[in-house]
Amino acid sequence: MADPMKIRATMAGDKVEVKVLMSHEMETGQRKDSKGAAIPAHFIQNVTATHNGKVVLSAEWGPAVSKNPFLSFKFAGGKPGDKVSITWTDNKGEKRTDEATVS
Amino acid sequence: MNNDRRKVLKSTGGMAVLGLAASAGLFKPGSAWAQGWNKDAFATKNMADTVKAMGGSGAAQSADIVIASPDIAENGAVVPFTISSRLPKTESIALLVEKNPNVLAASFNIPAGTEAGVTTRVKMGQTSNVTALVKADGKFYYTTKEVKVTMGGCGG
Repeated sequence: MADPMKIRATMAGDKVEVKVLMSHEMETGQRKDSKGAAIPAHFIQNVTATHNGKVVLSAEWGPAVSKNPFLSFKFAGGKPGDKVSITWTDNKGEKRTDEATVS
Repeated sequence: MNNDRRKVLKSTGGMAVLGLAASAGLFKPGSAWAQGWNKDAFATKNMADTVKAMGGSGAAQSADIVIASPDIAENGAVVPFTISSRLPKTESIALLVEKNPNVLAASFNIPAGTEAGVTTRVKMGQTSNVTALVKADGKFYYTTKEVKVTMGGCGG
């Protein structure tokens, strides 16, 4: 199974800044192995970030997003102690959810 | 009496339609697990087609979208981008790399309350124009910037 995400959620003025580092190979499907056989694509397709159950960002990704994807964004209405949860789903149906507390 | 029966028929009819719609959505090929992944948009080869696949008819150039990235990327496998939009009612932000096999790299939906700016890292096969496509108030806007790549990030 995939490794946990590193999530940091900090107050930046009156907004919460979220930084996420995911652990995923993000294989494009364009590469070939040493025998010339294509390496099948394996990449994150959907990412959803929620704050107290409300979606604050959702994303659709293609295989062009870099390996071990990084994502950062800001949202309003959060306060220290709130929970921010991130979920990703990849093209093989694997899924991972991790949570961080706003500081 | 008759009236009641009509109501029942009507409501069950409605339910059946809903059920059909749900299953039709669920069993679309390739999207069983990837609900909400715009397969058509990710298969496009140029911006005009991407806009169409996202449900728009065209995009206008805008100075209110800013792409922050290195002008020269040494490693095409990891090129950092920050895209921000000053357009009111920004609904979504997408990043397109013109010379990648498929242009659309990522698309972000921005709900109200979230700042219209995202940072992420993408792969670039070669020096290319990069376009930020923003949907604001139902219309599409874009801005383009060239990023030079000294070492490609696709292929192996």
